[in-house]
Amino acid sequence: MAFVNWLKRNFVVIAGLFTLGYLLLPNVVVTLFSFNDPKGRFNYEWQKFSTDAWTDPCGVSGLCSSLTLSLQIAFWATLGATVLGAMIAFALVRYRFRARGAVNSLIFMPMAMPEVVMAASLLTLFLNMGVQLGFWTILIAHIMFCLSFVVTAVKARVMSMDPRLEQAAQDLYAGPFQTFVRVTLPIAAPGIAAGALLAFALSFDDFIITNFNAGSTVTFPMFVWGSAQRGTPVQINVIGTAMFIIAVLFVLASMVISNRRSKQKA
Amino acid sequence: MIDVTTKNDNTGDVRLTGISKTYGNFTAVHPLDLTVPQGSFFALLGASGCGKTTTLRMIAGLEEPTSGTVFLGDQDVTRLPPYKRPVNTVFQSYALFPHLDIFENVAFGLRRRGIKSVKKQVEEMLELVQLGEQARKKPHQLSGGQQQRVAVARALINHPKVLLLDEPLGALDLKLRRQMQLELKRIQTEVGITFVHVTHDQEEAMTMADTVAVMNAGRVEQLGAPADLYENPKTTFVANFLGTSNLIEAEVDAKSGEDIVLKAGGGKLVLPEARCSAPTTTGGKVLVGVRPEKISLTHADDAGEIPDGRNRVTGKIADASFIGVSTQYVIDSPVCPELSVYVQNVDRDARLVPGADVVLHWSPAHTFGLDAAQDIDAGTEEEAV
Repeated sequence: MAFVNWLKRNFVVIAGLFTLGYLLLPNVVVTLFSFNDPKGRFNYEWQKFSTDAWTDPCGVSGLCSSLTLSLQIAFWATLGATVLGAMIAFALVRYRFRARGAVNSLIFMPMAMPEVVMAASLLTLFLNMGVQLGFWTILIAHIMFCLSFVVTAVKARVMSMDPRLEQAAQDLYAGPFQTFVRVTLPIAAPGIAAGALLAFALSFDDFIITNFNAGSTVTFPMFVWGSAQRGTPVQINVIGTAMFIIAVLFVLASMVISNRRSKQKA
Repeated sequence: MIDVTTKNDNTGDVRLTGISKTYGNFTAVHPLDLTVPQGSFFALLGASGCGKTTTLRMIAGLEEPTSGTVFLGDQDVTRLPPYKRPVNTVFQSYALFPHLDIFENVAFGLRRRGIKSVKKQVEEMLELVQLGEQARKKPHQLSGGQQQRVAVARALINHPKVLLLDEPLGALDLKLRRQMQLELKRIQTEVGITFVHVTHDQEEAMTMADTVAVMNAGRVEQLGAPADLYENPKTTFVANFLGTSNLIEAEVDAKSGEDIVLKAGGGKLVLPEARCSAPTTTGGKVLVGVRPEKISLTHADDAGEIPDGRNRVTGKIADASFIGVSTQYVIDSPVCPELSVYVQNVDRDARLVPGADVVLHWSPAHTFGLDAAQDIDAGTEEEAV
């Protein structure tokens, strides 16, 4: 009976911990197996502790070059999608123009469409145009599907922005350019940053569209997929763990900064 | 560039000539002529949607007039964008920049005009609005009243020729609003800049402004000093919108000297001709108006004690509400179903309770006359909502 009562009181905490565990367990396994020294080519069974893979992350041929390529594509795709997407979002919220409604719904097509369909149709397009598949076709495809996410993120922010703020800036002698740089952009920044992060993550781990349009180029997700057919090098776990740690560090850093800011204010 | 000194000339005059604004089929402001003299505190008063904010925004340059001209002093600014007009605005809900601290909010206008050393000016301005301590806080960390003062400081630091205030106190609670009304009035007297203040609160307009323009449906109904508007309303809208008025339908009976004698519900009422804005032909209809605080209430048993020469109306008390300084009565009378009477709580007559028969009487000098062709309920609260 006492146990049941204890359970009732702590149910929310327990449910929360279970959910967290559910979310984090895959990461734990990935991290754990990055210290494995597997027998044979597959890293699916725990053998013994080893830091071999950590000391030589590029030890597998093709891994680090595919990682570099993926990071490059993610960087440029993020930049392209963020700049274009932010501009589209501003245009959609701030201006009334012909076909505004159509643009508004068309921009969501890449989000709603099955990726395989989009991948296949892009490939058809590229082949018909006679474009050489590779870095550029991947980049074009990535910018295309990242756009709608950026537009959504920025639009939400711009819509919640009081138009009087810009009027106030104009009233205080800021011309259109100054108003944009000094007021509109800083206020929209969190939305733009969210859109950029989303774009980076989506581009970095996209497999389906990339696989269709890459030609002989190999990105990191394609490398992982390819090697999984023949055997999984421990280095993949090392890269995965490293990315996870970097992401967590980013989050922690931003939390520390915003905490310190709010303390300063108080 | 913008002249930062306010001189005692006419450069702070605001002159609107034939200015109007239409949106599609809807006319927000009918062609309007208005002059606000340099250094005055001017209020545009009206219910929401009457065109007062549109008028203000046309002065600021945030709205382009459909027709007409906006002059600041002798300069035609009609086609100038807002960032080139020597005019600043205190926005409704303040529109403080959330990403900048208080200091930078106030310094914004100076910096945009390329002024490098802003520290001293900003600090002085923050002192003027008593916010020196808060300079490094963000707007959302301040209370509503403090935010309001930042908005005023942010506009005033630019020494505009005209300061425009768009419902600046609307978001504050009653007590703070009273306090800020006096505060704004003090600042205006101190800096001597022309203030144009838009509000729907008639009490606020009357407390603060030298001149009030009452707007209704895109037109200025009447313009004048607060006391003048209150005592001599020219239309039923002004009579009802500014405070409360009792309006009684009456028929012109005769003229005697400078007075008009009217028939209302069998009785006679006297009205000075000078205070009647309606044409008075014998037999014609006129609305007789009197403010509730001007009326005295006497129990019907004591009717004989009422001095001669006062206007009298009989009735029965329908309702009485005690509100501290005064008691507000609603009287059911043959001439008008709901007459309001405010009686100061000096010597309270215990017989004046709902159901009692009473005589209402007031001095003819406190009576005004309006054109009976108008809507008698224009500008009352029920209509304004």
